[in-house]
Amino acid sequence: MSVKDTSLGERLREHGISRRSFLNYCAAIASLMALPPGAVPAIAAALEAARRPSVIWLSFQECTGCTESLTRSHSPTIEDLILGTISLDYHHTLQAAAGTAAEAAREQAMQENHGKYLLIVDGSLPGADSNPGYSTIAGVSNYAMLMEAVQGAAAVVAVGTCAAFGGLPGADPNPTGAVSVMDVVKDKPVVNVSGCPPVPMVITGVLVHYLTFGRLPELDQYHRPLAFFGQSIHDRCYRRPFYDKGLFAETFDDAGARAGWCLYRLGCKGPSTYNACATMRWNSGTSWPIEAGHPCLGCSEPHFWDAGGFYTPLSVPTGVPKQALLAAGAAGAAIGGVVATKAKQRVRADAADRQPVTVDELEQKL
Amino acid sequence: MSERLVVDPITRIEGHLRIEVEMAGAQIAQAYSSGTMVRGIETILRGRDPRNAWAFAQRICGVCTLVHGLASVRAVEDALLIELPASAQLIRNLMIGAQFIHDHVMHFYHLHALDWVDVVSGLSASPEATSTLAQSISPWPKSSPGYFRDVQKRLKGFVDSGQLGIFANGYWGHPAYKLPPAANLMAVAHYLEALAWQRDAARLHAIFGGKNPHPNFVVGGVACPIDLNSDSAINAKKLAEVQTVIAAMQQFVDQVYVPDTLAIASFYPEWFQRGEGLGNFLCYGDLPATGTMDPAGFLFPRGVILNRDLSTIHEVDLHDDSQIQEFVSHSWYDYQGGKDAGLHPYAGETTLDYDGRGGVKPPYSQLDVTDGYTWLKAPRWKGHAMEVGPLARVLMLYATGHAQTKELVDSTLSTLKLEPRALFSTLGRTAARTLETKILVDAMQGWYDALIANIKAGDDRTFNEGRWDPATWPNDARGAGFMEAPRGALGHWIVIKEGLIENYQAVVPSTWNAGPRDPANQPGAYEAALADNHQLADAKQPLEILRTIHSFDPCIACAVHLADPDSGERIEIKVT
Repeated sequence: MSVKDTSLGERLREHGISRRSFLNYCAAIASLMALPPGAVPAIAAALEAARRPSVIWLSFQECTGCTESLTRSHSPTIEDLILGTISLDYHHTLQAAAGTAAEAAREQAMQENHGKYLLIVDGSLPGADSNPGYSTIAGVSNYAMLMEAVQGAAAVVAVGTCAAFGGLPGADPNPTGAVSVMDVVKDKPVVNVSGCPPVPMVITGVLVHYLTFGRLPELDQYHRPLAFFGQSIHDRCYRRPFYDKGLFAETFDDAGARAGWCLYRLGCKGPSTYNACATMRWNSGTSWPIEAGHPCLGCSEPHFWDAGGFYTPLSVPTGVPKQALLAAGAAGAAIGGVVATKAKQRVRADAADRQPVTVDELEQKL
Repeated sequence: MSERLVVDPITRIEGHLRIEVEMAGAQIAQAYSSGTMVRGIETILRGRDPRNAWAFAQRICGVCTLVHGLASVRAVEDALLIELPASAQLIRNLMIGAQFIHDHVMHFYHLHALDWVDVVSGLSASPEATSTLAQSISPWPKSSPGYFRDVQKRLKGFVDSGQLGIFANGYWGHPAYKLPPAANLMAVAHYLEALAWQRDAARLHAIFGGKNPHPNFVVGGVACPIDLNSDSAINAKKLAEVQTVIAAMQQFVDQVYVPDTLAIASFYPEWFQRGEGLGNFLCYGDLPATGTMDPAGFLFPRGVILNRDLSTIHEVDLHDDSQIQEFVSHSWYDYQGGKDAGLHPYAGETTLDYDGRGGVKPPYSQLDVTDGYTWLKAPRWKGHAMEVGPLARVLMLYATGHAQTKELVDSTLSTLKLEPRALFSTLGRTAARTLETKILVDAMQGWYDALIANIKAGDDRTFNEGRWDPATWPNDARGAGFMEAPRGALGHWIVIKEGLIENYQAVVPSTWNAGPRDPANQPGAYEAALADNHQLADAKQPLEILRTIHSFDPCIACAVHLADPDSGERIEIKVT
């Protein structure tokens, strides 16, 4: 295949057609279409801008769950995205080329779109001081490949909790010295799209924001876009009213679980987790973890793997005996409301104490 | 003159695979398979609560996204002797079946098809001829000339943009592509349709597990309760959604995936004559009929086939420390007992030692295959290297007299005018994957109907709480959690001490298939398959290597080297 990744304007120039000739060509087009001469620059700009933005996707210490999640996006769909919106010039799971041909595609895209391409990374990577042999592609360490690719990138998007925060490979005892993208990329804007994996529509939503508005979205303290990570799961949860009433499932498949009561006492990390699951839901809006009966794992938060057990409550409203909670459920909201007020205060205090703390925050405190 | 060929990255797979091959003329003489990425998940799992293990283990892979989570909860359930409520087992079966069907269809269209389908050739197809072809093989409704004209127009617009994106630098025009333009255009249309179809198929996991990828599980059952009178449990509305998803799966498998496999395979008869290799096949078995994990009730039987001898099925015991062992003689790990020791997973060790075990300092152009050359260990069953996966399962079903399998295999062989020996091949493996998808999509309806019958009979429990509290556990326990994953036999072994994980080992399908040589220098399944009757038409475009490697549906990153076994002369060939 000899077609190169260039816009029409660039291709004309490659064939020896000068800028001047190109503008003449545009004028001829305008004439043919009976447009005024003033339209010529607009036509030229449109033709030259007919390129889809180049996206280079690097996969390091990952499980491909983030790519799988990307393919579940229903608006835009993956096929619309890669055929009509972006030019996905390097992506191990989807690209046809392999071996040196694949690496050549990456190098060519980096060269031709220098300063303009969007670099997406999924997976953590062994840090600069780790053994580079822990993860290589084409014999090159992940660190070296990222540092090379980041140079010409307009921005970097770290997709998934591994790329954003080190994720599972970085979980204690971090056997490979895994680090996040932000740990090593200091001179480019980095957007973290966390989640294990991120919600499909959040991945494409961030891309669409960038492509539509030409700039990166507003970010939170962890560099996550506010549009998707601005609210806690808890604050958007459809089971929140049961928390407020003090109605909790005590175990899987009990009466409370069946009735859809709050999963807080089963370990739900919704109160300390910021993500869009509760509003956007998963898989074309079909469901989401809490709706399907499982407590939130907190997978979009830094260090969630080491933030206590998945079935250990952030805190339990211990001032209220189990029986009282169940009775409250049976008797209705009147008693529940009293219980809930106590429970809420306790939970808030404990949640504040037990929120995941980052190394940066610790350093500031110490 | 001899050549060495390196293919790294092997793309259109899960993970990081590098393969190095030694050539004898145009023929592949030896192949070396290398997984080039490690995370140390087994080490990370130590000291944690066994009930949490599934979430960590599940992240081994996001493609076969539920299997490691499920193998992990089964390992804990085996250790703690937990039986499942029947409805929970049926829901798990539905989730496993959906995983297979989703995974196999995506593998065929999005990971494997471009080895057989020349996308660019589709541009010159006649939409009318494409329609005629499509309608001759299937009643699938999207088959009009106008439909294919639209697909072609979209493809043309894409190619004319000059930005080929994921299709850039493919081996288009390679002489090994044999499909006529109409078949290529039809396959491109189905490539796009399958992308849309899989989004819908994944919804089944969201209904029962909250999301896909990485649906949720719980030790002792499933997290989703059943309550027909609740708006927040599995109720009639959600069950109806499940039924709709199953019906859509069924239609796509019957009307698109199966006929496309047969149509494409019919143009590549020579690929039923190469790429098999080991001839040994291992299945742990899966898909229980009841709440117990008794192999007697499995849809997929358990057993071993040696040397292609279907008349003898050998028994497999996952707990027997003399049967399944892992070796690291060619891996970047250390064993306390020395590099030639074999360890049963209960006693398994995961000690990374890249520098000490022959890892070449990056950037490198060639592995040192005399020592360690991969992050995969070499698992063996009673010392034998084994192939796992769809071909192993279909052979096992065939050998044990499963009526539907026999009918499907025999009719496929007859349609393609092939002898049974043709199953042991690259396309035999690919065809087996399609046939088992057909078996599973039919079974889905049966499990769904059984679930409905269970609920009707009042058995709607989904969780066994008996052993949830660690205070009820023995001080010492160990268990093997196994399943048939889309890519083959998968086992997780857990050792629990005083409520925490003392040791955890996963031996995954791609460890069996993509693993390296063992101390006896026996190659793994990929290595043996590539050494089986492969000639490269053009060493710069090693399409043939991709075909056989992709037929296994790898779940890792690999590399291939070509070197001269006689002169030792090694010349780097740029693959472009």
